[in-house]
Amino acid sequence: MGIAPLAFYLFAATVVVSGFLVVVAKNPVHSVLWLILAFLSTAGLFVMMGAEFVAMLLVIVYVGAVAVLFLFVVMMLDVDFTALREGFVRYLPIGALVGVVLLVQLGFVVAKWTASPGAEAARMAPAPDPAMRQNTAALGDILYTDYFHLFQLAGLVLLVAMIGAIVLTLRHREGVKRQDVLAQMYRDPAKALELKDIKPGQGL
Amino acid sequence: MAPDLILILPEILLAVFAMAALLVGAFGGGDIRARPILWGVAAFMALVGLLVGLNPPAVGTAFGGAFTLDGFARFAKAGILLGAAILLLMSEDFLRRRGLLRFEFPVLIALATLGMMVMVSASDLMTLYMGIELQALALYVVAALDRDSPRSTEAGLKYFVLGALSSGLLLYGASLVYGYAGTTLFSGIVAAAAAGEGPQLGLLLGLVLMLTGLAFKVSAVPFHMWTPDVYEGAPTPVTAFFATVPKLAALALFARLVHEAFGAIAADWRQIVAFLSVASMFLGAVAAIGQTDIKRLMAYSSISHMGFALMGLAAGTEFGVQALLIYAAIYVVMNIGTFAFILSMEKDGEPVSEIASLNMYSAIAPGRALALMVLLFSLAGVPPLVGFFGKLYVIRAAVQADMVWLAVAAVIASVIAAFYYLRIVYLMYFGAPREGLDGGMAPAQWIALSASALAMVLGVINLFGIEGLAAAAAATLAGA
Amino acid sequence: MLQIILFAPLLGALIAGFLHRIIGEAAATWTATGLLFLSAALSWVVFLTFDGVTQQIPLLTFIESGRLAVDWAIRLDRLTAIMLVVVGTVSALVHLYSHGYMAHDDNFRDGESYRPRFFAYLSLFTFAMLLLVTADNLVQLFVGWEGVGLASYLLIGFYYRKPSANAAAIKAFIVNRVGDFGFMLGMAALFFATQSLDFDTVFAEAPALAETRVTFLGMAPTAANLIGLLLFLGAMGKSAQLFLHTWLPDAMEGPTPVSALIHAATMVTAGVFLVCRMSPIYEFAPVALMAVLVVGTATAVMAATIGLVQSDIKRVIAWSTCSQLGYMFAAAGAGVYSAAMFHLFTHAFFKALLFLGAGSVIHAMHHEQEMPNYGGLRKKLPWTFAAMLIGTLAITGVGIPLTHIGFAGFLSKDAVIESVFAGDPEWTFWAILGAASLTSFYSWRLIFLTFFGAPRGNPTTHDHAHESPWTMLVPLGVLSLGAIFSGMIWYNSFFGKTDEVARFFGIPYVAASEAPGDDHASDGHAAEPADVARRAEEAHDSHHGAFAGLPGEGALYIAPDNTTLDDAHNVPKWVKVAPFGAMSTGLLVAILFYLIAPGLPARLAGATRPVYLFLYNRWYFDALYDAVFIRGARGLGRLFWKRGDGAVIDGAINGVAMGVVPAVTRAAGRMQSGLLYTYAFTMVLGVVLLLGWVMWRAAL
Repeated sequence: MGIAPLAFYLFAATVVVSGFLVVVAKNPVHSVLWLILAFLSTAGLFVMMGAEFVAMLLVIVYVGAVAVLFLFVVMMLDVDFTALREGFVRYLPIGALVGVVLLVQLGFVVAKWTASPGAEAARMAPAPDPAMRQNTAALGDILYTDYFHLFQLAGLVLLVAMIGAIVLTLRHREGVKRQDVLAQMYRDPAKALELKDIKPGQGL
Repeated sequence: MAPDLILILPEILLAVFAMAALLVGAFGGGDIRARPILWGVAAFMALVGLLVGLNPPAVGTAFGGAFTLDGFARFAKAGILLGAAILLLMSEDFLRRRGLLRFEFPVLIALATLGMMVMVSASDLMTLYMGIELQALALYVVAALDRDSPRSTEAGLKYFVLGALSSGLLLYGASLVYGYAGTTLFSGIVAAAAAGEGPQLGLLLGLVLMLTGLAFKVSAVPFHMWTPDVYEGAPTPVTAFFATVPKLAALALFARLVHEAFGAIAADWRQIVAFLSVASMFLGAVAAIGQTDIKRLMAYSSISHMGFALMGLAAGTEFGVQALLIYAAIYVVMNIGTFAFILSMEKDGEPVSEIASLNMYSAIAPGRALALMVLLFSLAGVPPLVGFFGKLYVIRAAVQADMVWLAVAAVIASVIAAFYYLRIVYLMYFGAPREGLDGGMAPAQWIALSASALAMVLGVINLFGIEGLAAAAAATLAGA
Repeated sequence: MLQIILFAPLLGALIAGFLHRIIGEAAATWTATGLLFLSAALSWVVFLTFDGVTQQIPLLTFIESGRLAVDWAIRLDRLTAIMLVVVGTVSALVHLYSHGYMAHDDNFRDGESYRPRFFAYLSLFTFAMLLLVTADNLVQLFVGWEGVGLASYLLIGFYYRKPSANAAAIKAFIVNRVGDFGFMLGMAALFFATQSLDFDTVFAEAPALAETRVTFLGMAPTAANLIGLLLFLGAMGKSAQLFLHTWLPDAMEGPTPVSALIHAATMVTAGVFLVCRMSPIYEFAPVALMAVLVVGTATAVMAATIGLVQSDIKRVIAWSTCSQLGYMFAAAGAGVYSAAMFHLFTHAFFKALLFLGAGSVIHAMHHEQEMPNYGGLRKKLPWTFAAMLIGTLAITGVGIPLTHIGFAGFLSKDAVIESVFAGDPEWTFWAILGAASLTSFYSWRLIFLTFFGAPRGNPTTHDHAHESPWTMLVPLGVLSLGAIFSGMIWYNSFFGKTDEVARFFGIPYVAASEAPGDDHASDGHAAEPADVARRAEEAHDSHHGAFAGLPGEGALYIAPDNTTLDDAHNVPKWVKVAPFGAMSTGLLVAILFYLIAPGLPARLAGATRPVYLFLYNRWYFDALYDAVFIRGARGLGRLFWKRGDGAVIDGAINGVAMGVVPAVTRAAGRMQSGLLYTYAFTMVLGVVLLLGWVMWRAAL
């Protein structure tokens, strides 16, 4: 066994095991940590396939940003995960049964897997020769031509996600003081001050 | 590139308009701009709908075949855009009076509509997925629009979680199909499936999972469970939207996927679709009987109707697609009218959705009660109203495709379903008098209600020519 | 004018039925009556001025379906004219009579409005009957046929609070359905054979029908015979002939004017009218014609025997009607349709007279109908007595033998009897003659029991008996005139010499001298040329000539070889006297039984008890039908109802609707738990099941 297959099986096994542990870990912080491990292993798989750009994206975006954000959220929100798991045990037997059946079915599919005769060729068709074109450039080629609409749609999806987050959470509370920079800058003594001539002995 | 952009010009226009509206709202004073934005979005969507339906700048495929604008897509898009515009107008009054009229609402609806336009034009698995997600994400948000109401947020959350599950299934299916075919283009998939020999388990597994994801979108049994809860919990205008336009889009996508991508293995998916159809028809009919909330009832009603619509698809023929389109169009019109009425149901300024509140409604508002009765009869499929012809078409499609058992099941299910529609009519006209609804009806709602009721009666003449349009649309999809 | 005759009653019905709340009861009922009199008067004008040429007046298109084309049209020929007069006159008089008879009715509560309804039904009936007689095709005739059936049902059951009236109404309707079934089959067969139901077309095809053989119920009768028999089945139902007669006596549950109008003068004669109308078919259907003769004769005898012992005054007259209808059919069956129509015509007058007279008696006696409770009413009701006496003289056939002077029944009944003698077979003549003496007996029995002897029954009722108001007496007077004179006036037209009859009915006629030259057999119908020549020669010898023409020409068609009419004129003298003898016998026995020795009938009944019971129980027809058809049908119905409908269909539907569906609803409700787990799990389960199914299919 060469080094490449060895590395593949190592990464692959790590992905599967850590993915499983994400689900079963009792402590949610541990779950997130397992998730980071799964991401890293996946990145390793991408590197082995020659997709360095995607691998780096995965590490930077998912591990560096998303997973860390998850970690913060999990740590900040005191969610009682044991309560959420209450139904878990109750549904375990039947859930397990269905899971096993599904697994067996997938096993059949894997065992009997056949791809269409032209599948391999079709799969490689959009990808240029790695020696001629860097994969980052190749991605750019396709992303701004044939996949242009998909790229834009993805942007819209993110826009919707943003709008959604704002719509559902942003509240303008009455009676809360806010900083208004413009108001501060245009503040003018003539409006802010009032001189009162108070006669002695009378008070305000 | 340029011809591709011209082909998706309607989508681009709508996206740009939505973003412009967002800017106007965000920087123009927030929710005080909500009404003009809503009207503007509605008007713009109607315009784009007319553009697509009557005279699109270009037809054909774009982006290497990943995006298709053919007769079928035009039919569906016109329906989607016009339906969404009408629903927006109908909603305005309700939302304003409940303090829910926020300027993001029309923007989100516009983006969801954009997602649906992409869905019906998708001829590539990736386009399909992006359309579905854009649409779904916007809908998750509007389901929870009434964020101070626990029921509304619960509805949004449930819809989101289950929607994510279905998206996962769909994606898994799509990846299997890609793994089998080596391409995400529908045209490539169908060629690969035709070239394959023996049992192609990977393809079949992918097919089942993808159909599962779509069945969730059309809320076909057993992937319907979210429907009643979400319909009941979401604000009524959102429910009205859910019950109509996205269903049309999902059905159209369903039809395109099975015919264009899996046309070579029709025998397999026809079985699945037939199963979904029968299960939906019966569960929708039977489970609705016990309901006391009209929004929940309409949820089951839509499940049952989706079952009927899928029957046309199960036929697997061109005529079946035509029947599906006709059925879906009629369904949308009927539901717009019915929800226009439900939107107006209120008592002491609070929205009401109990069926019992309709007792002796005919004495309170005879005109509205009559219109609603017509719609309910049409929903039940009582001849000679238009709803009957919709059922007739799909049943004929099933019979022509030698699925007589399916047609018989459909007739039985429609008899059961008639019970709960007619129960409402009974309550309205012969129920025990009690303190019922009060309040008037906004002009837009009133127009929608009476126009759709009128359409149910007048449409019997020639279905407003929709038959020919649907036939032409179906020919571009399933024709030889 | 015909349109006015036809539609005036409809207008009256609508006014009386729907507008009486607005214009008031009296105005509504009198309007209906007035319109009926208008119709009747115009009918007489038509009858008297009619020239014998068949006219058709199209009204509008009725049905256009494939090869079936049916129009609404009025057909005016002699048959129509006769029926118009009969229907119009009797109906108008009955309307008038009803104003008196229906003034007070204990069957309705105080203040309850029933009179407009009654008049509306009467007018509706008249319209339907006129539609029937003016029909230009079988479909239109059938519409009228069913219309009179409906009106009859409504009027028999007019006292809807009386269970017996409702039962009688239903019985009449159902028994008629049996006949109608035959009628409809007959129409279907006719359309099948000729592709038309228009009289003209059908009649023209008649000779061909005699040549065609069709397979029906395993036999192969000629089309003409089959159609004739089937149509006659309809006629039997409507005219209460043997086996389908049981509804008529029960129909007396209706108010007496109804009995007079519908169940004596008009509706029940529709069967006779049908046979005469279809004479071109029957002339080519010897078997069917024989059936008409036999059934008619048998009915005449059967009904007369039952009439001997009945005690209800209306039922006696009802059985008498049944018997007289048998006479008419016998005449038609013998081939002398004109004699049948003649008897129909006169019978309408005297039988309506008898019924209305009986109604007058009943009215006077506070709705007491049992004759044993009458007696000695001659003094109390002089006018009614006179009218009834005239009616009885007419029905029993009193007149001067061998002349043409006598009451209406004398001429028409003798015509029937002579016709039957002239036809075959001979036993029918003796049977019908016997029935004539029975007729005489029960008719006089009625008179003697009612008007003679000592008052019997409740004395206060007798004390309060009073003569009826003018509205009831005027119709009696008018009908009396008819009962006396109608026979003498129109004897020659109906039953006179062949040429006169031919002129009256608009039938082409060949004088004896021309007969050999004008050879109608060359047209290919009817008899052999030699036969015609021989018969024409005979005609030259002893007869006056022969009917000619093609089927459909004229109101009746009488085949050239049908010489019964001429034969009837030339019967031996003793045959002409025989009816008078029969009548006298009956009269003498009645006098003996009810005037001289009133105890005799009871003793005779005691001595021959089985015979008496057999007659009193109406030959046990009702019991037999009850045992066979009603019990059987009811048992079958109950089987289907309880077991089939109740247990299987309702059980299944209810089981599904009340058991399965709510159970599934509840189950669906439970599944809809609101928990995300459940929902997601259901989805996964769905995926697994679908996958399993698809993979199983793929593995196969």
